Amino acid sequence: MNRGRQMLRKILILALGLVLAFFSGLSFYRSRHLKEPVVLGPGVTQVKKLSEYFPAIRGSTNDANVYVMAGAKPGGSILILGASHPEEPAGRLTTWILTENAAVEQGRLFVLNSANRSGTTVTRLGGAYPADYTIRTAWGEQKFRTGDRWSNPLDQWPDPEVYIHYPTRQELAYMDIRNLNRTWPGRPNGTLTEKTCYALTQLIKEEKVDIVIDLHEAELQYPVISTIVAHQKGQDLAALASMMISAEEFNIGMENSPKALRGLSHREIGDNTGAISLLFETPEPFLDATRGRTDARLLLEGKDEFVVRAGKHGLLYEKIDDKGWPIDIRVGRHCSTIIQVLDLWSQDHADKAVVMKNVPKYNEVVQKGVGAFLRDPAKAAPKTVYYE
Amino acid sequence: MIITILYYLLVAYVASLMIWNILKSKKWQEEVLYVIVLVPFLLRLLRLK
Repeated sequence: MNRGRQMLRKILILALGLVLAFFSGLSFYRSRHLKEPVVLGPGVTQVKKLSEYFPAIRGSTNDANVYVMAGAKPGGSILILGASHPEEPAGRLTTWILTENAAVEQGRLFVLNSANRSGTTVTRLGGAYPADYTIRTAWGEQKFRTGDRWSNPLDQWPDPEVYIHYPTRQELAYMDIRNLNRTWPGRPNGTLTEKTCYALTQLIKEEKVDIVIDLHEAELQYPVISTIVAHQKGQDLAALASMMISAEEFNIGMENSPKALRGLSHREIGDNTGAISLLFETPEPFLDATRGRTDARLLLEGKDEFVVRAGKHGLLYEKIDDKGWPIDIRVGRHCSTIIQVLDLWSQDHADKAVVMKNVPKYNEVVQKGVGAFLRDPAKAAPKTVYYE
Repeated sequence: MIITILYYLLVAYVASLMIWNILKSKKWQEEVLYVIVLVPFLLRLLRLK
């Protein structure tokens, strides 16, 4: 082949590569910049930025919205975190229900829909995750970014060989330096993820938060599932909530936060601030290693024949059948557990009560679906629409 | 921050090596392979993925 034809072939192959890079890059860019509207509900009295508690993160991807709901009557303060791990959508959708529906009569509720916003802008590298998922509503559809467990490498890169947790110096897996639930209590001069935890810690201290609730989901092959993980300061509260919910609505356990495992919200918030720290887990088959096709359907319906088969072999810590674990059930569990914890706390601490209304319980979410509690941004006043 | 910049420089270097290999190769199969390897390096350089 002569040199001219060889060069033409090379140019063509390179051009094909550039076309591939262009379209994949466009897809990644659109996914990263997908706007997720939040229509402020009747209870939201103020929207702050996380950087107001730690200016070093101002303008960064993780300068998240903090939705504040203050009741007319003084009381306690509760902080609820969604998207510590963004690819666990039940937690994130629960925060949407809270910000768009909750009304607070006493005390204050702080809600972050995107605690690790960076993690919402990327999907699992090599994991073939769907870029986004859609929730059907009476007024149409609302799209959400799927996200990942870890912060986006575009915001924090490279990872170290070994992640040494601050301040305990415990050695953890290298990628967990981008894991918001391994970097508590945070470090002011650390990585973006560590700074985010530091900012959240400052929020908890400055606002004198009484309880922090971190919303998660877990694979069925992981023993910490369908449970409330509690710091020792919140043992009684979590145990009572677990008993009440299990008697009235669905089975949920209670586990003690291990003292030797560092960086997790349920351990470090309780150790380093005045707040009680609780972490809720619901079952999410999408996360199981033995899953089949990793698509938005699995994310939302939680049906997977391979996970069911794993269950038949006794490999799971939670039941699963052909009905799967639909998102409505998972979100409903989080809603009811939050309501129960707030009720029990308020009964025992009248001066620090947090009384919240208009949040649906488990049965209502399962019956009506998550979409029934999402508001139409097109019909809302523009000043009441924020974006995540 | 300095380490991040060094990593981006490394990515640029590897991307340039891939382009060099494409230009030097005589087999189209190898050229396709180099292009496929090049794409993720380009996406990181352009801060798209």
